[in-house]
Amino acid sequence: MAVKKTKHPMPEQKPKDRIKNFNEVPYGYDEKTAIEEAKRCLQCKNSPCVEGCPVEIDIPDFIKQIAEGNFDKAVEILKTKTNLPAVCGRVCPYENQCEGECTLLKIGEPVAIGRLERFLADYERKREVKIPKIAKPTGKKVAVVGSGPAGLTCAGDLAKMGHAVTVFEALHDPGGVLMYGIPEFRLPKEIVKAEVNYIEKLGVEINYDVVVGKTITVDELMDEYDAVFIGTGAGLPRWLRIPGENLDGVYSANEFLTRVNMMRAYDFPNFDTPVKIGKVVATFGAGNVAMDCARTSLRLGAEKSYILYRRSEKEMPARNEEIHHAKEEGVIFKLLTAPVKFFGDEKGLLKAVECLKMKLGEPDESGRRRPVPIEGSNFKIKIDTALVAIGQSPNPLIPRTVKGLKIGKWGNIETDEDGRTNIPGIFAGGDIATGAATVILAMGAGKRAARAIDKYLKSKKK
Amino acid sequence: MYEILKKEVMSETVKLMKIKAPLVAKKAKAGQFIILRIDEKGERIPLTIADYDRKKGTVTVIFMEVGKTTKQLGTLNVGDFLLNFVGPLGQPSDIKKYGTVVMIGGGVGIAPLYPVVRELKQEGNYVISILGARNEKLLMLEKEIEEFSDEFYITTDDGSKGHKGFVSDVLQKLIDEKKKIDMVMAIGPVIMMKVVANVTRPHKIKTLVSLNPIMVDGTGMCGGCRVSVGGETKFACVDGPEFDGHLVDYDNLMLRNRRFICEEEEACKLAGV
Repeated sequence: MAVKKTKHPMPEQKPKDRIKNFNEVPYGYDEKTAIEEAKRCLQCKNSPCVEGCPVEIDIPDFIKQIAEGNFDKAVEILKTKTNLPAVCGRVCPYENQCEGECTLLKIGEPVAIGRLERFLADYERKREVKIPKIAKPTGKKVAVVGSGPAGLTCAGDLAKMGHAVTVFEALHDPGGVLMYGIPEFRLPKEIVKAEVNYIEKLGVEINYDVVVGKTITVDELMDEYDAVFIGTGAGLPRWLRIPGENLDGVYSANEFLTRVNMMRAYDFPNFDTPVKIGKVVATFGAGNVAMDCARTSLRLGAEKSYILYRRSEKEMPARNEEIHHAKEEGVIFKLLTAPVKFFGDEKGLLKAVECLKMKLGEPDESGRRRPVPIEGSNFKIKIDTALVAIGQSPNPLIPRTVKGLKIGKWGNIETDEDGRTNIPGIFAGGDIATGAATVILAMGAGKRAARAIDKYLKSKKK
Repeated sequence: MYEILKKEVMSETVKLMKIKAPLVAKKAKAGQFIILRIDEKGERIPLTIADYDRKKGTVTVIFMEVGKTTKQLGTLNVGDFLLNFVGPLGQPSDIKKYGTVVMIGGGVGIAPLYPVVRELKQEGNYVISILGARNEKLLMLEKEIEEFSDEFYITTDDGSKGHKGFVSDVLQKLIDEKKKIDMVMAIGPVIMMKVVANVTRPHKIKTLVSLNPIMVDGTGMCGGCRVSVGGETKFACVDGPEFDGHLVDYDNLMLRNRRFICEEEEACKLAGV
């Protein structure tokens, strides 16, 4: 029987319905579809997909079990490598990773590995989540700073190795960017909480309201713990640095998304934290965070939601799926457009943005063609809200407060491949080390650091 | 969960609460602030630390009931709990020997001024304190601050106590009398801090102000609290809350502090507070 050339389509909410709610867009595969999709897998001997996975999941193995209807066994295989499958199955850029390596690409679409991972995670969550075997206690204590994807992965893996792990979280909810950054309609918060609950069941203790660097320092943690892992992410917003950026109506993507996601401003005044966006919203940037901002704005009732980006569609860093969803929902893309100035009224309220048209010049150091302004092409767009989503830098709180810690030129903590910093016993990983990247790369870093920490603890004298 | 151990009514709209928060108390320093959240649906609000007791593990905050959260906070009592209480946040005051310092507190801004006054006095400074409020009923901590002051002045807008007029009048008088002043600190309404900075600017007297803009996370993540200082964008939560008073763009700060006025009213009305 010939292999089906395309993925089984993902059932999802219709665009005209979903822009009126914050519910998750895709519904997920049912059991029958999952089995059919799994049967598309060729079970390649060299499994190129595994090569593409930052957390080394045994992809063909779990897919084989799905194809045979052994969902429990499939979950078990999946979870030997990932502690957060429901998250990965939703927000991973599969197309560049596992699916990007799939042999089926030669004849059509890859196996929908991401959708299958999500199916398994959801299947398990609806039943009873099984706790894997945990190694016997080693008597070693590890502090993990930050409960985002890097921290949670590192904590979960260390706990499975038998170490006593305490996580310190600055905010009142766990998950880091999974909670404050990624919107409900892409990653429901109940799912993040369920994944965190699983990590806690592995024996990890999470302390909230602790800002490491302020409430307690890394040096103090080193007195009490045998090792420290820093996974504090890229929390520092970048700005456009153009006039008028402090007007009422200009938000960083972080502020906007934190208000809406973590503080649930979409449910104001039932929840106390407000957000206001007016009728026309312009989001600056074209990464995943920008798509999240533009799509969130529509759900908050914006009549027009623009993406303003200084390069062309080809250079947009967002995942294709996110761009596709944004377009379906009616987000308007104004490409080759760069802002030069914000205008406000006498009350300091944002009213318009002046832009310049751009054209593409020679490739820059990133390999993307550099945008060049077209002289005299200035034009104004009336807007009520501007969302600045042009990237984040590593959070400086810890780099600033650990004596002797080696810091890179972007304010990142310098580490080797496995997360070792220049100070023995202090490890770091995720966006704080690499600068803003993806959830799965942070998880991969957390995983490698957990192994390195384990090795370090075992090498230390008892 | 963080227990309320003590509650005091300071004036009509100002209340004091002592909160059990040992980790915060252990590190708290004058000039820093905390962020609290009352319950699951609550917003995160910053309050400057009015006092702390490291041994007893307590932190004192003094707040004016201006919005939904502070009004709701005011209805809580001893034995009640706050869901979140995180800190100490921001940079502490630079406590050192300046010489002669003029410490100015306006309204509820008197509260965070208190620990700075105490510690600057203990550091050997000659402390001149000026407290101001709209009327006598809105004054607070007079005895406490006077105890650590070498000179002590009160002003009220209506003349119900002390000098009738503004804190800046007294400051201007001290300057006119050729008093040698090494540093002025002002904490209070934005307009008061702006006026104080205008008084000291021509005389090039070092002036510090403590800002309290709208915040969300308080850890430098959202930039909601950004202020323009000397033309540069700073985050009050991590770079502040104290800044050079001569460099702050007060007008922009006043505008940004009014960002959610309508929503605040709506929330208050709905909550019946």
